[in-house]
Amino acid sequence: MLYFDHSASSPPREEVIRTVSEVMAKIYANPSSLHQGGAEARRLLERAREQAGRLFGTSASEWRFTSGGTESNNLAVFGAARRYRNRGRHLIVSSVEHPSVAEPFRALEREGFRVTVLPVNATGHVDPADVEAALTDETILVSVMHVNNEVGAVQPIEAIGRLLKNRPRTLLHVDGVQSVGKLPVLLREWGVDLFAVSAHKFGGPRGAGWLYVREGVELEPLIFGGGQEDGLRSGTENVPAIVGAAKALRMAIESQPERAERLSRLRRRLVRGVVSMPGVVLSGPEEDDPLRPMAPHIVHFCCPGLKPEVIVHSLEELGVLVSTKSACSSKDDKPSAVLTAMGRDAACAASGIRISMGDEHDEASIDALLERLETVLRKLMPLRRKEDLH
Amino acid sequence: MTFDHILIRLGEITVKGRNRNRFETEMLKQVQHALRGFPGLTFIRTYGRLYIALGNEPYEPVADRLKDVFGISSFSPVKRVEPELQAIREGALAVMRSFPQRKATFKVKVSRRWKGFPHDTMAMNHLVGAHILRNMPNITVDVRQPDIELHVEIQEQHAYIYCEVVPGAGGFPYGSNGKAVALLSGGIDSPVAIWMAMRKGLEVEAIHFHSYPFTSKEAQDKVVTLAKRLSYYAGKPFKLHLVPFTDIQTSLAQSKQDHLIITLMRRSMLRIAQRIAEKSGALAIVTGDSLGQVASQTLGSMNVIGRTTDLPLLRPLVAMDKLEIIAMAKRIGTYETSILPYEDCCTLFVPKSPSTNPNLRVVERIENGVPNLVGMIAQAVEGTETIELRPDDPAPADRAGEDDWF
Repeated sequence: MLYFDHSASSPPREEVIRTVSEVMAKIYANPSSLHQGGAEARRLLERAREQAGRLFGTSASEWRFTSGGTESNNLAVFGAARRYRNRGRHLIVSSVEHPSVAEPFRALEREGFRVTVLPVNATGHVDPADVEAALTDETILVSVMHVNNEVGAVQPIEAIGRLLKNRPRTLLHVDGVQSVGKLPVLLREWGVDLFAVSAHKFGGPRGAGWLYVREGVELEPLIFGGGQEDGLRSGTENVPAIVGAAKALRMAIESQPERAERLSRLRRRLVRGVVSMPGVVLSGPEEDDPLRPMAPHIVHFCCPGLKPEVIVHSLEELGVLVSTKSACSSKDDKPSAVLTAMGRDAACAASGIRISMGDEHDEASIDALLERLETVLRKLMPLRRKEDLH
Repeated sequence: MTFDHILIRLGEITVKGRNRNRFETEMLKQVQHALRGFPGLTFIRTYGRLYIALGNEPYEPVADRLKDVFGISSFSPVKRVEPELQAIREGALAVMRSFPQRKATFKVKVSRRWKGFPHDTMAMNHLVGAHILRNMPNITVDVRQPDIELHVEIQEQHAYIYCEVVPGAGGFPYGSNGKAVALLSGGIDSPVAIWMAMRKGLEVEAIHFHSYPFTSKEAQDKVVTLAKRLSYYAGKPFKLHLVPFTDIQTSLAQSKQDHLIITLMRRSMLRIAQRIAEKSGALAIVTGDSLGQVASQTLGSMNVIGRTTDLPLLRPLVAMDKLEIIAMAKRIGTYETSILPYEDCCTLFVPKSPSTNPNLRVVERIENGVPNLVGMIAQAVEGTETIELRPDDPAPADRAGEDDWF
């Protein structure tokens, strides 16, 4: 089986499974309990927090444990908007965000906030000039993801951060779910205020994530109760998952440079193969382009006239697992909002296929994928819906 | 890179007459030790001064580390050139050009330490200043309140050019003025008191009293973290004595003299501290007392408490305000740890109205009524656990669980 759906969820690392199961068996006390068992659990949490702080060059106290990317994004967006609503009611968000960001912004719009949605170009990239043009004195939050989960476009976070440098009243939230372990993340240097991380995208357990909350930034909590995580996220901490996530994070970040280099090489091979197939439209530049950077682990393309789930299932019969759109929204067959924002027509936007790679892949697995993709496309091409073709 | 050297000015050491050589040697050793993470540096010692050749090392991180070394009154990033006019003029221009190019005023201050140099000080001021004015149209002279003071120091071997004087930590090299023990509670004050004692050249061994189960493991972790931070300033392993205080504390509590309990505890602590000081050859006890801050720090309390020891009691914070102490704690990096909410053994038994003016005779009578107090003090000294801390030791939290889990 060739698993090419790492951006949906990645196989947990052996070492992480061991950590989670050992901690689960041994450290079962509630970290809020006063006794020795509780203290031990508490120390594990703090060590996990220290580890996250160190790996991102930040301080440990700036990290909050959550249940994953969706919760981190919700907490960041709702938490910041509601906390600082008295400073202004204007928010800025890109048009290609993951639903866990896009939907909170829609909800905030219903609560009375004014939301500017930033356009993207044909490769899915935000133009910092559009951010600059959208900023007002009322703007309290800008949210742009680091790596787009569907097509892999890398957004110009550093440039956007520069625009906000002298605007202390405007916070920058970045959904980093797809970038951690794949690209360098320089939170302090870029001036990021809120950063969401999900452990299961890089070999960690599901149900564990982080939200980076820069020192001095306050958030309105979404979950109330016992006041854990500095009052920001009540609920008994999931100690085994948190410790396992800390381990996965270390392994992902320590080997990030080599991984990026290796996956970039594989990505070039994969792109070359994909563009040579008939009826395929690549989402993104065909050659590496520093002005339109793409994440090293994601390749996305459309097959206008074909239903993407037919391609997914045909490949599955040949032992290859890939995705349509993003996993969270792949069950409906509406055109993808991301592809639509990139200017693709309905036929293209409803026929996207995402291939996302991981550490177990090499040249041979890319070649095997290409060979099977070609077999599938050759079989399906004659069945394309004619009205969708130009 | 404009600056190739750092000029270090040694502080109070220079007043030390015959001991000067010893202090300077010690200082060099400690600067070298503090900067051991920068292998590209070369150290040059001259009369009353120390130069560091940066080699390929960046200035900023070296300067950050130097700021925390005791015994340095100030330092400057300098450019070293040959001691001849043309080289000095070019060097001075390069230094001036390292500033952002906008309108500014300056003055030249030449110090001609090598009397054999052909041009006198007045002439040099003019010769260097004119060269800069010719080449930098945005720069004008202001001898009274210049934005930039350009220093040129001419010695026989080299000339040094600089504009910036960075204040150092001051004081004496660590350990050059003898040894003391110090009470370390975990609060805001005691780490600051210890830092100030260390800055004065005292080698310090810290003493912490714990009363498990009345205090928690976290309270102790906190003290270990503080001691670890202090070890960074020491530049050598820092000793922390952990004294079991539970028996004494509960016995004193049973005397039912609530308003005197803090006085009684502090007296026993000082007796133990004196015994530990004797064992480790320390000649003073440092405390974080600040006059009038709490009941045990009134003059009356200090009198009754202080009488338990013959050693000098050093109280570096005695005349400082709380806000000054807090600012200092933040500066030396102990504040964040100190405010963690774990109780130490003093906060636990705090009565509603502690005595601010205890009577020595009453206190002594109560102590005589506590069964075996002398024995318990000896036992506490006996049961003291001593650990050594280094700045790069893992934090207590970093020893949680098994390394392999992370």
